[in-house]
Amino acid sequence: MSLSYVFTTLPELALLVAGLLLVLLGAFRDGPRGAGLVTAGALAAMVLALVLVVLGDGTTASAFGDNFVVDGFASFLKVVVFLGAIGTLLIAQPYLRRSAVERFEYAVLVVFSTAGMALLLSANSFLALYLALELTSLPLYVLAAFQRDTLKSTEAGLKYFVLGALASGMLLYGISLVYGFTGTIAFDRLAELYLDGETRLPLGALVGLVFIAAGLAFKLGAVPFHMWTPDVYEGAPTPVTAFFAAAPKIAAMGLTIRVFIEPFGAYIADWQQIVIAVAIGSMVLGAFAAIGQRNIKRLMAYSGIGHVGYALVGLAAGTEQGVQSVLIYMTLYLFMTVGTFAVVIALRRRGQNLEEIDDFAGLGRQRPMLALATAIFMFSLAGIPPLAGFFGKLYVFLAAIEAGLVWLAVLGVLTSVVGAYYYLRIVKLMYFDAAPEPLDRGLDPELRTVITVSALVTALFVVMPSPLATSAATAAAALLQ
Amino acid sequence: MSDWPLLSLVIFLPLVGVAFILAIRGDDEALVAQNAKAVALWTASITFLLSLLIWAQFDPAQGGFQLVERAPWLTGLGVDYHVGVDGISLWFILLSTLLTVVVILGSWHSVQSRVKEYMIAFLVLDTLMIGVFCALDVVLFYLFFEGILIPMFLIIGIWGGPNRIYAAFKFFLYTLAGSVLFLVAIIYMYVVAGTTDLPTLMRTTFDETAQFWLFWALFASFAIKVPMWPFHTWLPDAHVEAPTAGSVLLAGVLLKLGGYGFLRFSLPMLPDAAVEAAPVIFALSVVAIVYTSLVALMQDDMKKLIAYSSVAHMGIVTIGLFTFNMQGLQGGIIQMLSHGIVSGALFMCVGVIYDRIHSREIKRYGGLAERMPAYAFIFMLFTMASVGLPGTSGFVGELLVIVGAFQEHQWVAFFAATGLILGACYMLWLYRRVIFGGLVREDLLTIKDMRTNEVVAFAPLVILTIVMGVYPQFFLEPMAASVDDLLRHLDATTTLAADGP
Repeated sequence: MSLSYVFTTLPELALLVAGLLLVLLGAFRDGPRGAGLVTAGALAAMVLALVLVVLGDGTTASAFGDNFVVDGFASFLKVVVFLGAIGTLLIAQPYLRRSAVERFEYAVLVVFSTAGMALLLSANSFLALYLALELTSLPLYVLAAFQRDTLKSTEAGLKYFVLGALASGMLLYGISLVYGFTGTIAFDRLAELYLDGETRLPLGALVGLVFIAAGLAFKLGAVPFHMWTPDVYEGAPTPVTAFFAAAPKIAAMGLTIRVFIEPFGAYIADWQQIVIAVAIGSMVLGAFAAIGQRNIKRLMAYSGIGHVGYALVGLAAGTEQGVQSVLIYMTLYLFMTVGTFAVVIALRRRGQNLEEIDDFAGLGRQRPMLALATAIFMFSLAGIPPLAGFFGKLYVFLAAIEAGLVWLAVLGVLTSVVGAYYYLRIVKLMYFDAAPEPLDRGLDPELRTVITVSALVTALFVVMPSPLATSAATAAAALLQ
Repeated sequence: MSDWPLLSLVIFLPLVGVAFILAIRGDDEALVAQNAKAVALWTASITFLLSLLIWAQFDPAQGGFQLVERAPWLTGLGVDYHVGVDGISLWFILLSTLLTVVVILGSWHSVQSRVKEYMIAFLVLDTLMIGVFCALDVVLFYLFFEGILIPMFLIIGIWGGPNRIYAAFKFFLYTLAGSVLFLVAIIYMYVVAGTTDLPTLMRTTFDETAQFWLFWALFASFAIKVPMWPFHTWLPDAHVEAPTAGSVLLAGVLLKLGGYGFLRFSLPMLPDAAVEAAPVIFALSVVAIVYTSLVALMQDDMKKLIAYSSVAHMGIVTIGLFTFNMQGLQGGIIQMLSHGIVSGALFMCVGVIYDRIHSREIKRYGGLAERMPAYAFIFMLFTMASVGLPGTSGFVGELLVIVGAFQEHQWVAFFAATGLILGACYMLWLYRRVIFGGLVREDLLTIKDMRTNEVVAFAPLVILTIVMGVYPQFFLEPMAASVDDLLRHLDATTTLAADGP
């Protein structure tokens, strides 16, 4: 019996064991060389975990007394999260080298956090959810403060920790209420509890659900629990910010979907309005608040809030199509956002990292290919066809309209017009303006790889959109069966 | 030959040229620019020749879509890559491919900076323009329709005039705001009808409320593109700031997307709402014709004047499309084609002297006939065509529309005719101020007449303007079956037939 658990949880086990071994390795081989070795090991472990997930037979299996479940939905998102973690760990290397914080702990923390995300996506009870969430978050707090000699980074770490702890508290409180009023924390049993004709949750459990939603909204960086994102995104080292924007956000989205669809799927009338309100708030804030930003990382934070809002429009539909659309949206968002952050890391002048939006000025002349890639990301983030971002929006709004939420779709497309303004502003700076001073030449191989892959996926998704859509549909079907 | 995917070949050939231009590397900037221009010209020319092949294979007797290609694309949704042409879209495809060749030739000497990127932008634009007219799937159509914004934004913003950034943003955001409502409408149609296939949607009947909302959602997008008054304010800015080649394609092809959208979507899919909305469209068009003509009279800037005249001419197009009779529809389409050629050519005329003097102000010129006889002749021809002189293309379209409008509403025809008179005023006055009078300015004394590349670029436009004016049947015949189909479909689905003439 316990052997079958090993097979079910093989990717997570691989990551955790690799993490422990890498700590040992790092302890014995300190310094930059050791860090390089550990990073290589971490990348290998994550690629292995990715392969293990892909090779999985796709059937639904559970372990640890039904606390842990592997289904198509979890596997799909695990692949996406692993891809994000690998990409952001790759682009972190040049940054860490230059900032002289090349320490082995970075890769180890990423591995542990990623393992936590994988567990999170497979959590099948609130207990497993909470434990996995903490395993994900604790390394993230440390990562945010990774450049411990700079004020901003430590401030970001502390801020993230305090607010994250608060969110965890709310989540726990919500879980306790749900447990108190229903007598169970297992997703399967919660789903069956009121199936016979009941369409509303008992009031206490509903209050609990609101608290859980608040905790999840914090992890997603969705309005009204978004306040930490701009500060933490700005303060944290850029590769850490990229990691925040890619992997944990997608894992949290997967978790949110599972919590709303699986245990509380029957009570859509209770939670749909919460999701709609959060989605509207996020879309509107993401569109308007980003306009005034001067710092590219803050801008990406607000842009991320907006994109979570669009993805939640798909969840608000509450249908299989809705879940599919969110999966497509988040996958495509991953490539655009990791690519954008890779460009930010690549931008340097006299050895200094550049973070102001104005630093993009004249990129089109000085670095045509880098500017082209950035333009692809920006137009795609704005949702302009034929780039990938458009298809994310297409599927999301399609799901919303099919569920009868036409007005929500109209609101969504209108905020996307507002949002287009600030993405265009970056394109304008790159192509219409002249550079004040020349940027540093050269592009590290890691950055080149990540930027090229992300740009190609974003630009050429239009040629073959079906594979992703089909596998997302299978994943969504696995959740809703 | 006939089983070749001819349409796809034409659509995507310019992208092959883009790949070649991207591959051009080197330190000698002049050489790189020369090669990029050559590749772009070759690609655009071959694309144009291939598009002539579409015409050759086209069977004018059939009303439906021809040369259809279909391949699975977004399989989960049942959205296909589905392209084809009918008698209406055929002409717009030819117009797009021809004008691309013309503008690349026309900007041979005038583009100095970032030649490589310039040519890439125009070839990408070529692909998107051809694609939008070939698309037989609504999602595919939208993809091309909105994708056009990207190269056009860059063209205005990089190679435009002093106020180019404002103009580029205004153009992009204004158009995008309209297009996104179109997207919602597309999705709604898909949810109701279960398909995004254009020929199928044309046979789908939506209920009355849905038609009402869908029509105005589409209207938001198309009215901005046309542009109809009062949604035209982006146009003068975009036109004035865009480089000559950008203005030519903007006026020549992009504005036609609005009219084409009405023809392809609003009329066949939402016939009841279209009939109901016709008075509003007439009213807006009439205001556009009279008001923007008056505004055009007062302009000091040549490009602005022609831009406002575009709004007025497109007003005639929208009147024609919403008359729901043969003359009106054919007139509207011919007027679109004619306007595409004539206003494109007029913008090129402005570009010719702008390249030499670097001013678009009417006052800066005068007496050009002395130094530039060939230029004066060509400018005159297109001025006359714009005014609607019999024997030029402008006359045919305007006459047909007025005849069509007269059968429905006399007063609409009356105001449309006023537009002709006002058009004569501002165009002839412009011509007189620029070409005639004394040659007093010093820098004009040494101005050179047209270069070879400019003459070659103008030649096809001159020929087309005259052919379309003298023998319009040449253009009307292939589209007759398609327009007839559309009219029969309209008659069958609306109550208009009962009380119409």
